[in-house]
Amino acid sequence: MTRRARTKAPPKTGADFKFRLYVAGDAQNSAQAIANLTALCKAYLENRHSIEVVNVFREPKRALADGVLMTPTLVKLAPLPAPRRIVGTLSQVRPVLLALGLEIAAV
Amino acid sequence: MRYPHSLLTKTLAKTPTGIAGFDEITGGGLPSGRTTLLVGGPGSGKTIFALQFLVHGAQDCEEPGIFVAFEEASKRIVANAESFGWKIAALQRKKLFFLDAQPIPDLVQLGNFDLGGMLAALEAQIREMGARRIVFDALDVVLALLPDPAAKRREIYRLHEWLLGRGLTGLITAKAGADEAHSINQQPFGFMQFMVDCAVILDHSVVLGVSQRNLRVQKYRGSSFDENEMPFLIGNGGFEVAVAHTLVPRSTKVSSERVSSGVKRLDTMLGGGYYRGASVLITGFPGTAKTTLAGAFAEAACRRGERTLFVSFDSDANEVIRDLTSVGIRLDRYLKSRLLRMASARTITGSAESYLMRIKTLAQEHKARCLVIDPVSTWSKSGNDSSAHSVAERLIDWTKCEGITVVCTSLLNEMSRQTEGGSSLQISTLADTWIDLNYVVQAGERNRGLSIIKSRGTAHSNQVRELVLSDAGVTLSDTYTAGGEVLMGTLRWEKESAERVASKVTEAAAKLKRVRLDAEEAELGMRVKALQVELEAKQVEKALLAHTTETRAGELSQGRTRMGELRGADAALPLRK
Repeated sequence: MTRRARTKAPPKTGADFKFRLYVAGDAQNSAQAIANLTALCKAYLENRHSIEVVNVFREPKRALADGVLMTPTLVKLAPLPAPRRIVGTLSQVRPVLLALGLEIAAV
Repeated sequence: MRYPHSLLTKTLAKTPTGIAGFDEITGGGLPSGRTTLLVGGPGSGKTIFALQFLVHGAQDCEEPGIFVAFEEASKRIVANAESFGWKIAALQRKKLFFLDAQPIPDLVQLGNFDLGGMLAALEAQIREMGARRIVFDALDVVLALLPDPAAKRREIYRLHEWLLGRGLTGLITAKAGADEAHSINQQPFGFMQFMVDCAVILDHSVVLGVSQRNLRVQKYRGSSFDENEMPFLIGNGGFEVAVAHTLVPRSTKVSSERVSSGVKRLDTMLGGGYYRGASVLITGFPGTAKTTLAGAFAEAACRRGERTLFVSFDSDANEVIRDLTSVGIRLDRYLKSRLLRMASARTITGSAESYLMRIKTLAQEHKARCLVIDPVSTWSKSGNDSSAHSVAERLIDWTKCEGITVVCTSLLNEMSRQTEGGSSLQISTLADTWIDLNYVVQAGERNRGLSIIKSRGTAHSNQVRELVLSDAGVTLSDTYTAGGEVLMGTLRWEKESAERVASKVTEAAAKLKRVRLDAEEAELGMRVKALQVELEAKQVEKALLAHTTETRAGELSQGRTRMGELRGADAALPLRK
């Protein structure tokens, strides 16, 4: 089910990629993740995405409520299926695209 | 359970864990405001230890705590913990916070990450509830996600620094196999063990099929601690570390009150009975009436109205009662009136430690004043050799503290000599009173001999007595010695009957003699009487003779006068009177 959904996933139109990135202030890992994500979106999802950055230092309760404990954490909110979580600096482009279900677009 | 204060010096502020025994060996608990590492294999009790630490803080010390669960869902942890009787649900709102931090299954890890987010979130939570204690359960789970050792190290540092900065008393648990826990080279925990202020190792091993749990404090900065491996148990009330009160000053009440052994003549031999709170050991080969003696003690205790616990490892409770009834020891009525509680543990195989724990729990539930363990030698079964002795030590220690009079029976191996008494248990040196039962083979008979090997603080008989069992009860027979040996069984009976016959003969002889003397006396009396009569006759005869003589003389002189008158002769010469 998931797999099929993923192969069908090639997005065509609209700004329908919604990401939320939890970061720990300006910690190194977090700063890298912000940079990597921005670059990636610019390259593959130009004008079709939105990124919300949540600083857990400023909003600890929210991180707790969302169950985000490791930083940085990237949550894909849209499109469906189910929100997906990626932990880490997102430094390798291909695995990130694969994880986000963007492999076709990447090729 | 409260333990007396330890002698270990208190240089460091310590946070009590509420774990019986652990606070004692560390001299107060975990180091306050510092980090402790708890390492152990699967199922070694890490989570329970950690949770008990938090529950104790929240419940009894006004120290709220946070539990960060990396491995198990908090709901399940809470459910599991309820079985220990910890009221976590009630504490959960304000004093105990659970953070579920299990990595979700579809989590993708790409590149480095850190725990900054979690710490920030925790920080907020700590401030809100004023937490003083924190547990990171199974930190290894999250560390395993980190790509390289350097990153792992960095995160451990981060956590450590963070804990120190907050002044929280932290407990980190991590998995390790039994071997790994002992090797300091293990990465990254080896490194963690260097970093933390206190490290505790839990070990769960199986020796000859018997589970043995041990706890060891590996290091404790700034404090002395007991360095040995200590057996522990996860009982009904949670974690319990077994501690022998070696250095701890005892405040045991010593009683000089005597309690009956249930056998009247044995009491006499002991100078009044056992001391209250004493430990009594009855050793003997199979079938030497160890259980019977123990049963007699239990019955006597119940008769005095004291609550008694009878633990039988040999046979079923009902069997014990039936068997004892055959020698006139009636325990069933006390069982009915609930004064007596029977516990049968025939089928249990477990560590000596768990036996002790069970017995303790039962005794506490029953509020027992007298305790019978039959036989205690079960403890030294295979797999328990090493721990059995210390368990026996603690049993006696515990009963002394509680003032419980305990009677233990101990089976001797047929091959071993009585001097070895109690084999690997070596309980005989600990016991206050040691009664030995053995068979005395004499004249083709086997009889039960009882002797008191020792009885501290009591004058006691040094004699070997014969123990006689009958429908009427248990008693010790009179002793007959002959040729330096105590006579028992038929020989004793023979001696007894011979003595009876002998006394009868003597009695008859005396009677005969008396009769003979009586006869002689009577005869003499008769003779005295006859002589008396003869004497009287003689006296009469004598009197008669005197009279006759006088009369004749008178007659004679009168007759002369008359003749003179008649002859007209001259007046007679004046008569001399």
